Amino acid sequence: MQKINREVLINKANELLSNGTINRVFGWEKGDFSYDVTPTIYFTADQMNKKFIFDDFCGANFSKYLVAETKKDQNKVGVFLKPCDTYSFNQLLTEHRFDKEKVYAIGVPCDGMVDEKKIKAFFGEGISSITSEGDEIIVDTLYDGVKKVKKADVLQERCQNCKSKKHVYYDELIGEDGEVLDSNRFDEVEKLEKMTADERFAFWQNELSKCIRCNACRDVCPACTCEKCVFNNPNSGVENKSPANEFEEKMFHIIRAFHVAGRCTDCGECSRVCPQGIPLHLLNRKFIKDINSFYGNYQAGEQEGSRAPLTNYTKEDLEPSEAVNKGDN
Amino acid sequence: MRKCLLQNQNKLFDQISSFASLYIPVETTGGNASFKKYEQGMVMSDVLKTDRSPKDLFFPQTENLMEFKTSGKNIEVIDNRKESEDFVVFGVRGCDVKSFEVLDRVFLVEPVDTYYATRREHGIIVSMACGRPAETCFCQTFGIDASAPEGDIVCYKTEDALYLDAKTEKGKNLLSKLADVTEESDGKEALKQKEQIKTVLAKLPLANLKADSFGKDKTKEFFDAPEWQILSKSCLGCGTCTFVCPTCQCYDIKDFKTKDGVQRFRCWDSCMYSEFTKMSAGQPRLTQLERFRQRFMHKLVYYPTNNDGLFSCVGCGRCISKCPISMNIVKVMKALGGIDNE
Amino acid sequence: MQVNEFKPKIVAFCCNWCSYAGADLAGSNRLAYPAEVKVIRVPCSCRVNPMFILRAFQRGADGVIICGCHPGDCHYTSGNYYTRRRMALLFSMLDYLGIEKGRTRVEWVSAAEGAKFAQTMNDFVQTVTALGENKRLEDLRCKK
Repeated sequence: MQKINREVLINKANELLSNGTINRVFGWEKGDFSYDVTPTIYFTADQMNKKFIFDDFCGANFSKYLVAETKKDQNKVGVFLKPCDTYSFNQLLTEHRFDKEKVYAIGVPCDGMVDEKKIKAFFGEGISSITSEGDEIIVDTLYDGVKKVKKADVLQERCQNCKSKKHVYYDELIGEDGEVLDSNRFDEVEKLEKMTADERFAFWQNELSKCIRCNACRDVCPACTCEKCVFNNPNSGVENKSPANEFEEKMFHIIRAFHVAGRCTDCGECSRVCPQGIPLHLLNRKFIKDINSFYGNYQAGEQEGSRAPLTNYTKEDLEPSEAVNKGDN
Repeated sequence: MRKCLLQNQNKLFDQISSFASLYIPVETTGGNASFKKYEQGMVMSDVLKTDRSPKDLFFPQTENLMEFKTSGKNIEVIDNRKESEDFVVFGVRGCDVKSFEVLDRVFLVEPVDTYYATRREHGIIVSMACGRPAETCFCQTFGIDASAPEGDIVCYKTEDALYLDAKTEKGKNLLSKLADVTEESDGKEALKQKEQIKTVLAKLPLANLKADSFGKDKTKEFFDAPEWQILSKSCLGCGTCTFVCPTCQCYDIKDFKTKDGVQRFRCWDSCMYSEFTKMSAGQPRLTQLERFRQRFMHKLVYYPTNNDGLFSCVGCGRCISKCPISMNIVKVMKALGGIDNE
Repeated sequence: MQVNEFKPKIVAFCCNWCSYAGADLAGSNRLAYPAEVKVIRVPCSCRVNPMFILRAFQRGADGVIICGCHPGDCHYTSGNYYTRRRMALLFSMLDYLGIEKGRTRVEWVSAAEGAKFAQTMNDFVQTVTALGENKRLEDLRCKK
């Protein structure tokens, strides 16, 4: 596959900006280091030439920003979407969160995003630059010189278990489209299911006790688009700004995951942004796995307008008591 | 200066924990560490920065202030503070030590926050010089010397030993109780390391970041800067930066209805939240731009204005590595200060 | 002195159109069910938000049961079908977090089934009594 570099994307954006198709475009902006890429909005190709970047650290998904951005004026907004971003995009369209006529989606390929935390776990702090060369990542460190690591080993968790390289929505695609993949994304969930209840309880107690309730998992989630979250509403009785005890930690995370059950596309943003490294995707994937096994395979966002499993039913659905006992047989 | 061979490090910890609670940074998952109460056999992590700053130990995320119990027409007010005992925090980095000065100027001025004051009184800080600063470190910008941190005792860790240098009465007192696990030393090794750190610090990518254009009475200059618009553009409004920050000190006080009474507790609050300071009038900053601006203006302008020019950022770099969208104070300083990242 | 016997606290969310009337019928037929069961009337079993269940546990419940109309008999045509899906997922999630699965239950009880209501409650109280106090979803602040 031809390597798509930033110039190709800048040229495309420039073309669209100058022929008036769009008047601004969401894109990634390089930072002070190799890995601190910020999502931003560009109005001119000149701005893009200065700051735009497209590399192994462009994990941020722009779909959620479109909800607010498309309401600002009548102009079309351009947006670069990686394959997994298009699922979130489609899901938001399904939920009528924005008008697709006001967006021009440019599909861009993705061969997996790198997790700088994993690189740091390998080499420690003091990374002066990270570049990729084929399937290797070259890390220049402040203390130990140049190091190399296989890209596959430092990919973000969601990319190691990539579910699809196929764009499910675009106005224009750059490069070739990929395929829906067979991933092993439920392996970790299954491992947990096989544990005893006590072990599972201990596992989650340990993980969730790290939570600092910064709400980053919720705020980044493309499925969490309520105007006002119940956890931000002082009148709800559950608005607590900190996890005061173990109960509150669990309640927040159960409700957060439940509220996006059936709508979660498994984009993995929640786990990516967690400052405490809690594997939040394992909660979401449990719901996805259950939905698949109880009500038939369903991939949120795959098809615009599809009916979500929790707003649907059949007369033969299994009973809740059967659901919890399913694992016992 | 006292020296403790690394092979005796745990003896040192055992000794301290025999008369005071000891907190050390412990590795949690690959490359992450957090301060934990020492138990026999725990290994001190060399990870430079704990996920959360040691601020937690003095100003915890949630803290019960008091309880009310009602019986008939009587209300009983219960102060549920326990008698505080001395505790030692080992391995605090230079930036984090400096953050206590920032917090002190908030909590120890009238009206004194007695909860915080008690902990400060009983807490002994053993700071740790940074042998391997990270690329995200910029403490130098705020005049902090990672090779010579403040603290009650300063510790240098070399390949084979810890060198402990008491700086305050509290520190000397603690060190005198550790005589049998440490030995006298001329501290040459520590000095050598100090010099080494200095050369590393000069080479850090953010070594030349300057805060000169910010500070006291610069409100008018920056408040309406057009840069805020684009800087805050992608801010999610989560509280990550404020909760990992060693100098953020906002909190909220709430009542929780217990079985037959009320528990009054406080918890950290974040100026990034839509429901921040929602008491009688409601959040005065209606847009994320205003909230975003508040946070950085407070660190770089408002706080210095009220505190003799002292910045309320210590350059620990936690927000750089933790922000979900990688927006941080360095980018803000560069943009407002007119430095382009090319 | 008698030994302090554990009596669980049970919250029962009952649909106004069926099981709430079922509870009434159990009462007027003098069918006994434990006093530990606290009935909360809801307009439909599908009104029960997962938050209600967690909040009940927080506030001291040891077990939560949701009673609705038999599938196909919903007063609002399809509410209980949604309940069935939601609770299947929620209960499975609670189990995944290591919380005892016996503490939550969904039962379909019609307005004519007073006997079934009493029997269901007796059975559920027995199950929860065997499980003991709710420790894994408790909020200690609510107990003092």
